[in-house]
Amino acid sequence: MTVPTSHRSLGRAAGDDDGTTRSTMLDVQGLQKTYYGSGQAVEAIRDLTFTVDAGELVCVVGPSGAGKTTLLRCVAGLLPPTAGEVVLEDTVISEPPAGMAVVFQEYGRSLFPWMTVAQNVERPLKEKRLPKARRRELVGEALEAVGLADVPTSYPWQLSGGMQQRVAIARAIAYEPHILLMDEPFAAVDAQTRADLEDLVRALWQRLGVTVLFVTHDIDESVYLGQRVLVLSGRPTEILANVDVDLPADRDQLTTRSAPEFTRLRGEIYELVQRAKRGERPSPADPSH
Amino acid sequence: MSVRHALRTVVLALTLPVVLVAAWWFATADSTSFYFPPLAEIVETFQPTWLEDPVASSRIVTEALPSLGRLTVGYLLALVAGVALGVAIGSSAKLRAFTEPVLEFFRAVPPPVLIPILMLFAGIGTQMKILVIMWGCIWPILLNTVEGVRGLDEVLRDTARCYRMRRTSMLFHMIIRGASPQIVTGARQALSIAIILMVISEMFAANNGLGFTIVQFQRSFAIPEMWSGIILLGLLGVALSLIFRAVEWPVLAWYRGYRQAQRGGN
Repeated sequence: MTVPTSHRSLGRAAGDDDGTTRSTMLDVQGLQKTYYGSGQAVEAIRDLTFTVDAGELVCVVGPSGAGKTTLLRCVAGLLPPTAGEVVLEDTVISEPPAGMAVVFQEYGRSLFPWMTVAQNVERPLKEKRLPKARRRELVGEALEAVGLADVPTSYPWQLSGGMQQRVAIARAIAYEPHILLMDEPFAAVDAQTRADLEDLVRALWQRLGVTVLFVTHDIDESVYLGQRVLVLSGRPTEILANVDVDLPADRDQLTTRSAPEFTRLRGEIYELVQRAKRGERPSPADPSH
Repeated sequence: MSVRHALRTVVLALTLPVVLVAAWWFATADSTSFYFPPLAEIVETFQPTWLEDPVASSRIVTEALPSLGRLTVGYLLALVAGVALGVAIGSSAKLRAFTEPVLEFFRAVPPPVLIPILMLFAGIGTQMKILVIMWGCIWPILLNTVEGVRGLDEVLRDTARCYRMRRTSMLFHMIIRGASPQIVTGARQALSIAIILMVISEMFAANNGLGFTIVQFQRSFAIPEMWSGIILLGLLGVALSLIFRAVEWPVLAWYRGYRQAQRGGN
């Protein structure tokens, strides 16, 4: 089911007085990013406006070069936007905020190679000044949750790619973030590992109730994981469509992926991405279709 | 297996020195040359020259110890200053563009030629010698640290920022650790420079020190004693490099494994 949302009508649920609606976790308003370099301005993101409710799992897909990583870096507070703002839990972001954890695509480059697995997971907790007993507890739980309880004293480079990305995920969840940003985290692992890690992310999300913004270029992955998929246009990026994923909450690689609804959503998003590739842009009056 | 391996390593490391010493021994055994006395004679003079009783007044304490003290102080000062400046310069592209030509210039100036100049304002005492050693040692450390800090992975930097690493942990757990392979390379180069400058700084104006003593022997034609001093210097160099390795080994344990894994030899 496609909800033809304009990028302005994804209103904030916060403050709804019936108390049952979820509050807004992330509110991206009119985000625009232009890179200035060698006398030439490159507009990467033109106008992005969307919200993510607390506890949601939202995927972002778009054609390659659609500024997905730029978007994520802006949301993470690593890159200042040219215009617009990113609001996380009612605070405008100007630097990486406390309640956020990020899992990068390049697992081999985001783990500290001079620290063991356990030290990698513990480092951010030390930065939070958590007491030692609590740190040990969180590190143990996180490694257990990603199935790496047996390798705390190994170094990341002693592990396979999939296991390294698990360490990065363990580090992120041990941090107890309110929102977890994932930037094409499984793009560099093999297909089987990838399926396992997707299930891991779904399971952790359901168990921990953390809000997840998952950026990917893989259409199947976005449908399989997300409750909602934001489809980006090509550069300069705008939101082309917001697609609700009406699949049961319990998903597994076999039945979910062979469900007719999965196929339909996959086709729909595929079509949108193709249109984005051809340069189609949302019109202000009819934003998604 | 590991005992055999260790044995092999020791045998490998000792073979060449043994061969060289034997060659020297036999080549000079019947030497009548004044300047190349038999090695046996040099070895004989070693103990009375450097280790006469009581030890407290032997030359190893009165001459070698002051030299080693100056070397240690100068080297450690250079290490601290080199890493500190290197981190600052390596972290800022602007500062780098601003300072790099000057740094290359200073590095190219051989430290011994600065001794007469340094003597003008630092005198001829310990201070001047420490300054000379420090001046010579700082460049390889500084320039390697700059390279190491500059080469830190962007994703790693982003990760550290995302997890809100504080300034001090950023410095010690991220920047210095990440640049440690290059810092160690610079420190190793600096160590041999330090030994050279320790000796040279004592040849100009000094009243004690290894270099001073060796030059004294030379000038008074105490040739076997001079040779024994040169051997002592060599032994000192070996000892210092062993100490260096003992420190380096655990510090870079991660890096050896990391490199090996990257080469696909996991």
